[in-house]
Amino acid sequence: MGESVNRKSRSFLSPKHLPDASGHFGPYGGRFVPETLVPALMELDREYAKARREKSFRRELAFLLREFVGRPTPLYFAERLTRELGGPKIYLKREDLCHTGAHKINNTIGQALLARRMGKRRVIAETGAGQHGVATAAVAARFGLACDVYMGTEDMSRQALNVFRMRLLGARVVPVDIGSRTLKDAISEAMRDWTANVRTTHYILGSVLGPHPYPMMVRDFQKVIGIEARRQILKAEGRLPDLLVACVGGGSNAMGLFFPFLRDRSVKMIGVEAGGLGIKTGKHAARFAAGRIGAFQGTMTVLLQDREGQVKVTHSVSAGLDYSAVGPEHAYYRDARRIEYTSVTDSDALEAFQLLSQTEGIMPALESAHAVAQIRKLAPRLPRKSVVIVNLSGRGDKDVQQAAEILEGKNAR
Amino acid sequence: MSRIQAAFERLKREGRPAFIPYVMAGDPDLSTTRQIVLALARGGADLVELGVPFSDPLADGPVIQRAAARALESGTTIAGIFRLVRDLRRETQVPIVLMTYYNPVLQHGLDRTVRDARRSGVDGFIIPDLTPEEAGPWRKTLRGTGIDFICLAAPTTPPDRLKTLGRVSSGFLYYVSLTGVTGASLADESELRRQVGRVRRAVSLPVAVGFGIKSAQQAAQVGAFADGVIVGSALVSRIESAGRNKAAASAGRFARAVSSNLRASR
Repeated sequence: MGESVNRKSRSFLSPKHLPDASGHFGPYGGRFVPETLVPALMELDREYAKARREKSFRRELAFLLREFVGRPTPLYFAERLTRELGGPKIYLKREDLCHTGAHKINNTIGQALLARRMGKRRVIAETGAGQHGVATAAVAARFGLACDVYMGTEDMSRQALNVFRMRLLGARVVPVDIGSRTLKDAISEAMRDWTANVRTTHYILGSVLGPHPYPMMVRDFQKVIGIEARRQILKAEGRLPDLLVACVGGGSNAMGLFFPFLRDRSVKMIGVEAGGLGIKTGKHAARFAAGRIGAFQGTMTVLLQDREGQVKVTHSVSAGLDYSAVGPEHAYYRDARRIEYTSVTDSDALEAFQLLSQTEGIMPALESAHAVAQIRKLAPRLPRKSVVIVNLSGRGDKDVQQAAEILEGKNAR
Repeated sequence: MSRIQAAFERLKREGRPAFIPYVMAGDPDLSTTRQIVLALARGGADLVELGVPFSDPLADGPVIQRAAARALESGTTIAGIFRLVRDLRRETQVPIVLMTYYNPVLQHGLDRTVRDARRSGVDGFIIPDLTPEEAGPWRKTLRGTGIDFICLAAPTTPPDRLKTLGRVSSGFLYYVSLTGVTGASLADESELRRQVGRVRRAVSLPVAVGFGIKSAQQAAQVGAFADGVIVGSALVSRIESAGRNKAAASAGRFARAVSSNLRASR
């Protein structure tokens, strides 16, 4: 086997030690929340630490991931896409085949188990694209928990199908009509609800964001993606991949795929942010292109803000990437130069959305289409013998109507 | 002794609780805020809390969210608020505390914030999303300046943590009366009395109670057992409905009502 693991890796390549006990990834992470929430976060931290050590918890989680979520998801060799792009061998990690249509459920199922352990009978969540909301609503139904999902009204209109799915699953969708009416405002409202109902409610945060222990815990629940992919690629190719590509909103699908490869120094990783209408227009969500460190929604991280520290409104065709901040662990690995970050525009993503549909018969979510767009750009410059894994974090069914409006509107002009 | 400590010492001698009104700086603009603060001071405010607007105020309910949006709309910055306080200091010595989320302070710069606070006459800071665990750099910057860092404690705060908050906090401790955001409904009075008793036994600082106090009557009820009473959303919502020209007069009337009720509360 050509697997090469460098055991004398530098300290930043020893992810087991991150975050530190107080939830910091170097200068990032931590816990910047109202005092009311601190005891709940401490309880969650303790309960999670206890649960992850227990065999019975791990067994139940593994059972649910297999029987309810449908794991392991395939690592699919995209033969026609590979030929079309004329570059490296491209594999797709098929998180789009998870129950409810995206990787989000890997995390919600874990957190629902924790909520049950802590005796909390109600869960709340925020959602942008609606995928995390649907995944939360599904596990709430599965465990008989009351469920409220906060969603910006702007996102509700562009993801109407997911709103209906959540309601069908028995959740209440709470419209958030403040600020930019997108994901960041939904998170603020969910945190306010949690502050008011913290004794009876667990907040199922959907990405590697927010106060400690969320970035660590969500990463841990999502790293099953990378653990499987690593095993699958070793089986298929007899060696590690050369490159991993994933889209980054908060960054949970990317961290889930990347994390188990961090110590494999030969494996390059690229996180793809939403370039919106282009970085120069200011209408984008490329935090690493135009952001600075700041404290926002519970964590210290890189965010899009003005000189005064007011958080900027973002733009992306993809609701799931349309967020002003990025997970703190991503900021850490960017500084450490372990993960590279770039962005692709709305129109790049829409082209990739069609390309994958037409070459492979797979409709990616607009979020995941950003990752496909990036490999499309890179492929001609990469050697044919190299091996790439693209994380197909979700399926595109939810985006069909929006894509139709944009694409057919364009054709009509 | 800081201006805040001196105020609480004096109130203790007089045997009455502090009246601490909160207004959002720059709502609807900074020159109106100047008039409002002066009206509050004349109306009997013992300390004034000035909100620094932030785009994403996690701990605030709809009333203060709207006030922040109006303040940002009028172009309010933390630098402008320091200039406002410097101007106010020519006319009033009422202790002034800034209530701000951490990010505006961080972006203004910790050193620069403290320097500007000293020069302008700001007496303390309340930073609702800065817990003692994360406050190391900020407290280091404050050391030796005489500017107070006022921590918040909540109904969910366990006893050992109350002690920590009591040690880290200076000037007074801000007790959040309810599990929720600003402007929500106040908890049951006897339960609140019990809670405040628990906090006062755990810390040696004066304990001021805020969040959810809506009227002069409620202020008096809470003032019977707390060292200070903070009234925010109720005042901000009066300012909102009074409009620019009548805001200061309306704030002054409300302050006189609360403050005379508080004087009669003990």
